[in-house]
Amino acid sequence: MREFKGRVVTPGTVTAPAVVTRQGFNTLASMQMALQFGDKKVKCGDQSNPDLYEKPMFGKALCLPQTIGSTTGGLVLYCACAMGRQPACMLFANHIDSLAAAGAVLADVWVDSVTMPVIDCLGDEFLEYVKDDMTVTVLEDGTVRVE
Amino acid sequence: MQLTQEQQAILDGSKGETMAKVMKTMVMYGDAFEAEKLVPITSNYNHLVTSFGLKVMSPVYDLMQQLLDAGVMSGQKFSVDPRPLDKNVPANFLQNFVFNKFMYTKQDFYEGQLKELGLMDKDAFTCTCYMDEVGNKPKKGDILSWAESSAVVYANSVLGARCNRNSGIIDIMGSIVGFVPYFGLLTDEGRKATWVVKIETTKKPEAQLLGSAIGMKVMEDVPYIVGLDKWLGTELNDAACTYLKDFGAATASNGAVGLYHIENLTPEAVESGKELIKEGAKEYIIDDAELERVKNNYPVVWKNPDATPKLCFMGCPHMSLEQLKSWTDKVESALKEHGNKKVVIPTVFTAAPKVLEQFNKTEYADRLKATGVITSYICPLMYMNNPLCKKMPVITSSNKLRTYTSARYYTDDEILLAITKGGK
Repeated sequence: MREFKGRVVTPGTVTAPAVVTRQGFNTLASMQMALQFGDKKVKCGDQSNPDLYEKPMFGKALCLPQTIGSTTGGLVLYCACAMGRQPACMLFANHIDSLAAAGAVLADVWVDSVTMPVIDCLGDEFLEYVKDDMTVTVLEDGTVRVE
Repeated sequence: MQLTQEQQAILDGSKGETMAKVMKTMVMYGDAFEAEKLVPITSNYNHLVTSFGLKVMSPVYDLMQQLLDAGVMSGQKFSVDPRPLDKNVPANFLQNFVFNKFMYTKQDFYEGQLKELGLMDKDAFTCTCYMDEVGNKPKKGDILSWAESSAVVYANSVLGARCNRNSGIIDIMGSIVGFVPYFGLLTDEGRKATWVVKIETTKKPEAQLLGSAIGMKVMEDVPYIVGLDKWLGTELNDAACTYLKDFGAATASNGAVGLYHIENLTPEAVESGKELIKEGAKEYIIDDAELERVKNNYPVVWKNPDATPKLCFMGCPHMSLEQLKSWTDKVESALKEHGNKKVVIPTVFTAAPKVLEQFNKTEYADRLKATGVITSYICPLMYMNNPLCKKMPVITSSNKLRTYTSARYYTDDEILLAITKGGK
């Protein structure tokens, strides 16, 4: 078991199995088809991301360096949250990017029924250590426990 | 974040609960980047990235309705990205069924919301709102709340305006509250280059290929580009602006570039030159071999890589008037050379409605029509953003379209050959 300390972007506590991408997470390419066609597991649709392609993301601790791609990314993430189809949490190795930050903030302010803790600045070591299906616990102060 | 009395009052509810939530959104967004303050938006118009009434985006339209119901409106009118559908663009029965009955069922409803929210004109649907014909062209130093990545990078780099790479919805919320957080590309420090890119090619590099190479290398950083003025000159004329439009879109989509400086050409580079380069900036040299390497590494995601193309899209981002005219000349003369009267692959040139309106007043319009090329205001990306198009071999010279869809990238010369002569 290892602990990592990050910065809280949107608060909350959760325990969930990890799903990990070591390359940038393209929010539009990853989520749009699943949301559009009612895939309840929200399997990743981004063919350019071999780490995640076709893996379910709903209810998982999504571990990533940052998001990339279309500037609709933030609103896609917001839609996922509003539809109750979001990851359990998003854990960024790097500083959060402007698109993911927008999605996280929009969900936090405008969606009453959903909590999706978002932690960033967890460092490269976090992404090197965490593997798919490890159990990840997020604490209120930005501590992330991986076991 | 330090708020002014006015901003704090709004956050505390002086203008109602919904406006307070809009302000809270912008404050939290700024806090994520340690922004010290909010600064006023100074552009005449806003521009929104969300133009499509996609069923899956229902929560966005619900949110827009909350704003409308609460009377929380922007003082700015706005343009918006292109419409997703146009009956002039070839589509089969199944595609039309999926587009109209399944995917874009909210289009009319959403366009109604846009009108209520302050759409600047019924035809203000384009990703190139900064074209003179469209009229949403910020001034140097203007603070914007835009989100469309190709427009943001153009406004920052070519026009010298200041805008971060915002997400959709943040664009309208900034405009409604009138302020955006001061961080990143709004600051002098954030506009400094952390990369020096040296262009050492033996010919003018293809705009969308060069942009792709730089975007993939520098990602979200700011590049200072040396040696491109040799090919583009030192004046921001129509040809240079058109090149930079396509170049910038590729840097923004293949990476996440929001600002670039071209030595001796773009406004801040002309003013400050190498003072814009941060100490310790990394270096990237681009020659013919490097561009070839980048192009050869693009994955081919067609089901049958040897398929004959069924459709060609040009104009992502939307073409300029200058491009429509020069491509008319090129298509005409290439058809003549290859002994054909019409293009051999269905081909669509896309441009802003207002640009097409001007183009249609010129003698070029009938000449282009005679070649069989279709003009449209559509967003090629939205057209292709569905499972049916994955099976369709589409070619394009847009590196943005290549990045987000299954379309295959070719250089302008290769596209010209393919649509006028044929072959795979």
